[in-house]
Amino acid sequence: MHNPQLNRHGELQHLLTLDGLPREVIISILDHAAPFTEVTEREVKKLPLLRGKSIFNLFFENSTRTRTTFEIAAKRLTADVVNLNVSTSSTAKGESLLDTIDNLCAMHADMFVVRHSASGTPVLIAQHLHATGRDHIHVVNAGDGRHAHPTQGLLDMYTIRHFKHDFSQLSIAIVGDVLHSRVARSQIAALTTLGVPDLRVIAPKTLLPSSIESMGVRTFNDMREGLRGVDVVMMLRLQNERMAGALLPTPQEYYKIWGLTAEKLALAKPDAIVMHPGPMNRGIEIDSAVADGNQAVILPQVTFGIAVRMAVMCMLAGQ
Amino acid sequence: MNIRIANGRVIDPARQIDQVQDVFIADGKIAALGAAPEGFEPNRTLDASGFVVAPGLIDIAARLREPGFEYRATLESEMEAAMAGGVTSVAIPPDTDPALDEPGLVEMLCYRAKKLNRAHIYPVGALTIGLKGERLSEMAELVEAGCFAFSQANVPILDNMVLMRAMQYAATFGFRVWLQPIAPFLARGGNAHDGETANRLGLPGIPVVAETVALFTYLQLAKATGVRLHITRLSSAEGLDLIEQARAQGMDVTCDISINHLHLCDQDIGYFNTNCHLIPPLRSRQDRDALSKGLLEGRINALCSDHTPVDDDSKLIPFSESEPGATGLELLLPLTLKWAEENKLPLVDALARVTSESARLVGITKAGHLSPGARADLCVFDPAARFTVSRDGLESQGKNTPFLGLELPGRVRYTIVEGELMYERKTA
Repeated sequence: MHNPQLNRHGELQHLLTLDGLPREVIISILDHAAPFTEVTEREVKKLPLLRGKSIFNLFFENSTRTRTTFEIAAKRLTADVVNLNVSTSSTAKGESLLDTIDNLCAMHADMFVVRHSASGTPVLIAQHLHATGRDHIHVVNAGDGRHAHPTQGLLDMYTIRHFKHDFSQLSIAIVGDVLHSRVARSQIAALTTLGVPDLRVIAPKTLLPSSIESMGVRTFNDMREGLRGVDVVMMLRLQNERMAGALLPTPQEYYKIWGLTAEKLALAKPDAIVMHPGPMNRGIEIDSAVADGNQAVILPQVTFGIAVRMAVMCMLAGQ
Repeated sequence: MNIRIANGRVIDPARQIDQVQDVFIADGKIAALGAAPEGFEPNRTLDASGFVVAPGLIDIAARLREPGFEYRATLESEMEAAMAGGVTSVAIPPDTDPALDEPGLVEMLCYRAKKLNRAHIYPVGALTIGLKGERLSEMAELVEAGCFAFSQANVPILDNMVLMRAMQYAATFGFRVWLQPIAPFLARGGNAHDGETANRLGLPGIPVVAETVALFTYLQLAKATGVRLHITRLSSAEGLDLIEQARAQGMDVTCDISINHLHLCDQDIGYFNTNCHLIPPLRSRQDRDALSKGLLEGRINALCSDHTPVDDDSKLIPFSESEPGATGLELLLPLTLKWAEENKLPLVDALARVTSESARLVGITKAGHLSPGARADLCVFDPAARFTVSRDGLESQGKNTPFLGLELPGRVRYTIVEGELMYERKTA
């Protein structure tokens, strides 16, 4: 099956998902990101690598945080950034998604950063660009439905590599709402591609996809058992609406059984790191003492996220 | 018009005939096979050397989209598609807009179809008013208007008491009830088989239990009410097992599958191919193989196109927002032949699934076979010709099918309805 994000030469044309992305490409993105972390520490944080390029942030679903990180990354590369909150503009007037894309193409966009509540929307846009002979325009998936959040997955890989160096020796646990999580799918795809030998997911059965084990993970319903001896704990955000729909009884019970507390974290390796894609629900999936503790690397994740997004944009559209 | 179809390989599944001979048609009926009846003078002789002469196909599920969805397809466009596909009779599900719940509406549809003078139509009436699952439709009146069975199409009834009463009422007259096994709450919000592909793509899943739980309920209610039950568009191996178990207990229940579920599985969704967004969802490879085997062994009674033309605007959107359905009238024969080819099944047995067996389900006695005196509905096709499915090559207004780009065997050369040559393919 043709992977829609690679061009005929196997090079990255779009970043749509980490599923099926070759190991070399993932490593190459992480390597590209490394020098950008230094840029962000400088007094003058700008590089001219995307000067003259127009990047459209197309957010069909609200997300201030992710949109901001993409905006900062693009601006640090000297690109022109246009933010479109599409949920409140043209589609509300009845314009179809691909009509919106065609119009923005006519404004000479070079790249679309897309967030949408329906799985596969960035893939649809990439396929449309290809079908209409506009392969010079790139698409970056900034999160689509439950499908993928590849830049989040990549910044997580960057963070793990930064703190733990070698993927081939690690035990990693992903905790929480895997069923609805695009972040979890991207993390699992990347971690299995990078050769993590012991990958676990921890959640109640209502929050695990029925065929999760085919993705190469071991499932645990008991958090204590699942956390035992791990090097990395990757927490997932629990959406409030999960209490509806009979998935969980109450936030209180969830916190008691699957919330990450210092006591449960003590079962992991002493030097284990704790990650979270944000925004956190303190007192639901994570205890403040852990979120603010010295094992948490949640803020470095955010910083690395800018560098990783700069690297992705450069690799797609840069000279 | 008198037609002689010369030198064709005549296949009549109803009578297990498969031999090269002539077919003679007069007064809209089959006059004779083999030797010409006395005094027969053909107005036209069709050379069918190398071609198969078979009963016209009977498609037990094709949405022609009228009334209500004319922007997706019209009776005119879809009748042309039927002719190009060698389909001479179609059963029409009631999920039009408005639904087929009014005798007047059904009469009008039958009248429109008759005036177009292409395929014969056999409407399935709505089991409940507006398919809402609340009030019973006027079943006796609807049968008088032309309906042969009652169904809910893809809209399950929430209230099992209503379903039971609908079955009881239908059973009062011996009417057939055709039901799509969908447990509404278990299927709610899903749009792909709950399996590896849906998980990989992050698509909300529809578990197999959404089919089996509904099936179990339907079978129990059919047993209790004595209604003649037909299960439409089976999708899973476990569903077929349940039907088998009911039969083992002496229940007379029939079932069908679509060409999509015979050939495809959830993996064919690939990267969100909305042409594979179907109801029921494409299930696993194991399910598909079990359905193919079931059809091969006759445990699944018939194969249908489940023809559902959808406009491009409803497919060129994200998968979960896209409209389910695929066009299929013109692919029913080629995909039946492909299935026969892959399973080394004699043509006479394969064609039975789309002619004699489907006739039995709809209750058609005067067609679906080539006995002298039968209505002269025939399909003459070149079994050796192969073609690639393309948008331009389809007569249907719906160009959406998962089989686009695939090479398939079998090209219809002539379609004859009631003794009239209605379709002739000029080029090979």
